[in-house]
Amino acid sequence: MTTGVILETRDILLYLGEKRILDNLSLEFWPGHVHAVVGPNGAGKSTLADTIMGLSGYTKFEGDILFEGKSLKGLPIDERARKGITLAWQEPARYEGLTVESFINAGAKEKSREASSRALDLVGLNPDEYLERAVDRTLSGGERKRIELASILTMEPKLVMMDEPDSGIDVEALEKIFDAIQFLKKKGTTVLLITHSATVLEKADHAFLICCGQLVKKGPVDKIMQYFGEKCIPCDHKNEPDPEQINE
Amino acid sequence: MNKNKLIDALYESIGEACVTESDVAHIEIHSNKVLGLHLVPGFEVEAEELSDGIRATVTVRKHQKIEKPVRICFGLLEETGIQKIYMNIRLEDYSRVAILSSCTFPNAVDVLHAMDAEIEIGKGAEYIYLERHVHGREGGVTVIPKAKVVLGEEARFRTDFELIKGRVGKIDIDYDAECNSHSILDMAARISGSGDDHIKIHEKANLKGEGAHGVLRTNIAVREEARAEIKNTLIASAPFARGHVDCKEIVQDRAIATAIPIVEVHHPKAHVTHEASIGSVDSKQLETLMSRGLSEDDATHLIIEGLLSPNRQNP
Ligand SMILES: Nc1ncnc2c1ncn2[C@@H]1O[C@H](COP(=O)(O)OP(=O)(O)OP(=O)(O)O)[C@@H](O)[C@H]1O
Ligand SMILES: [Mg+2]
Repeated sequence: MTTGVILETRDILLYLGEKRILDNLSLEFWPGHVHAVVGPNGAGKSTLADTIMGLSGYTKFEGDILFEGKSLKGLPIDERARKGITLAWQEPARYEGLTVESFINAGAKEKSREASSRALDLVGLNPDEYLERAVDRTLSGGERKRIELASILTMEPKLVMMDEPDSGIDVEALEKIFDAIQFLKKKGTTVLLITHSATVLEKADHAFLICCGQLVKKGPVDKIMQYFGEKCIPCDHKNEPDPEQINE
Repeated sequence: MNKNKLIDALYESIGEACVTESDVAHIEIHSNKVLGLHLVPGFEVEAEELSDGIRATVTVRKHQKIEKPVRICFGLLEETGIQKIYMNIRLEDYSRVAILSSCTFPNAVDVLHAMDAEIEIGKGAEYIYLERHVHGREGGVTVIPKAKVVLGEEARFRTDFELIKGRVGKIDIDYDAECNSHSILDMAARISGSGDDHIKIHEKANLKGEGAHGVLRTNIAVREEARAEIKNTLIASAPFARGHVDCKEIVQDRAIATAIPIVEVHHPKAHVTHEASIGSVDSKQLETLMSRGLSEDDATHLIIEGLLSPNRQNP
């Protein structure tokens, strides 16, 4: 195991169709830290998370991904999950008929009503109201996102990637999500926040700024936030990263 | 076997105990014999034993709201046999009843169960009919349920057909509903097929009254060599009639599923929608569960279990 690094992407080069989406992307994530990956729409943030998780359509790339020093290449999603990696989708799936309780219990380390109730409480949903409901279209997008987060809390992963944890979430619920991030951090979980929101970015210890699948900048959050605010909103260079800034 | 033992055996085969509460109406029918018949005020049944089945007339009197769901248990415990049920069900105006019916053929090798029902739901009356089948592992059952339903003004009818325990064998459902003004229909079927099971469903509703609402829902999972042919016909021919057809079929192994939704609108102020999804398990659903550590098989199993579970949207 590489000391001090839990997850490393090495020169990932990934094409979707003809388009280069991840362009020699090398990132290192430290255990127990909250990392952020920021970048404008279409920068490749979700693609990076999907590739780390090994989702279908994201398994062919050059370079490597190492988790605790070992390559994840060729491993199916469930094996990566059993190593302790998981992903909270930008748009969580809907299931007909599957109850919130079975959904949470499915991946939980401790499969019990108490554990699933505790997790729902943590994300600000009343278990009495939600456990028996189905994870279907009758739940709002924000409710589904919080239920997914509850399922991740009970899974107790080593590393969780959260793809835009704030999308579709109101201010009050966002506080609950931030509490959950703190809870994960306290447990020693490594968190990777994917976002383009300054409010979410603030919760991280360290950030990467990517654009067009390339690493533009990395460092302390305030530095990245300042750069992101000044140079990326609005974008200085039509989403073409400034070569002088790359990998600075 | 004596009557009581047979009743116990019927309930045991569906994993339940015989109904004992005096305020719950219940009927037990084995082959062509009425073994048990317990009624409550307002709920009337006349049954006649035929050579190969039963003819029954059920009446719920005007304004009578039967408080506790009525239990009916049909079955045939032998390996072979024929059971034909002719049902005439009439809910008089503003009455209400819910019937939980179980059909059990646990040892069937060559059994035919046919149900022919004529159902009339009066003005403002509400009828809930849930039918659950428990079959054996051989698949030697042919089930032919036919129903013709007329919903009066402002009547409500909800029916749910479940066959997820044991092999289907052959099933050929043919339901036809006529919905008068401001009535509400919700017709659902949930079936899981395997082996060489053959599932055929034709659900039809005609929303002919102003403001009538109808939903036809079919959730099917087929695997191995099973086949499913689903045809849903929804006709809306009155102003503000609203209908929806929803068909979901998950196909595994070498199974084959077809879906034919027919929606017909005869009035510019009527509206019908349909939604169908046939084939493999949704990849996002699958990958989400796998990202929580479930194997592909376990994740698929859980998704199908959800799909076939009773509808939670309309508790
Ligand atoms: N199958 C595909 N074929 C070609 N291009 C694709 C495909 N899928 C995604 N892309 C492109 O890849 C780029 C990166 O997409 P990705 O979803 O990773 O962006 P993102 O940074 O997560 O953006 P957002 O902030 O909008 O969520 C986008 O330009 C997108 O259009
Ligand atoms: Mg994205």
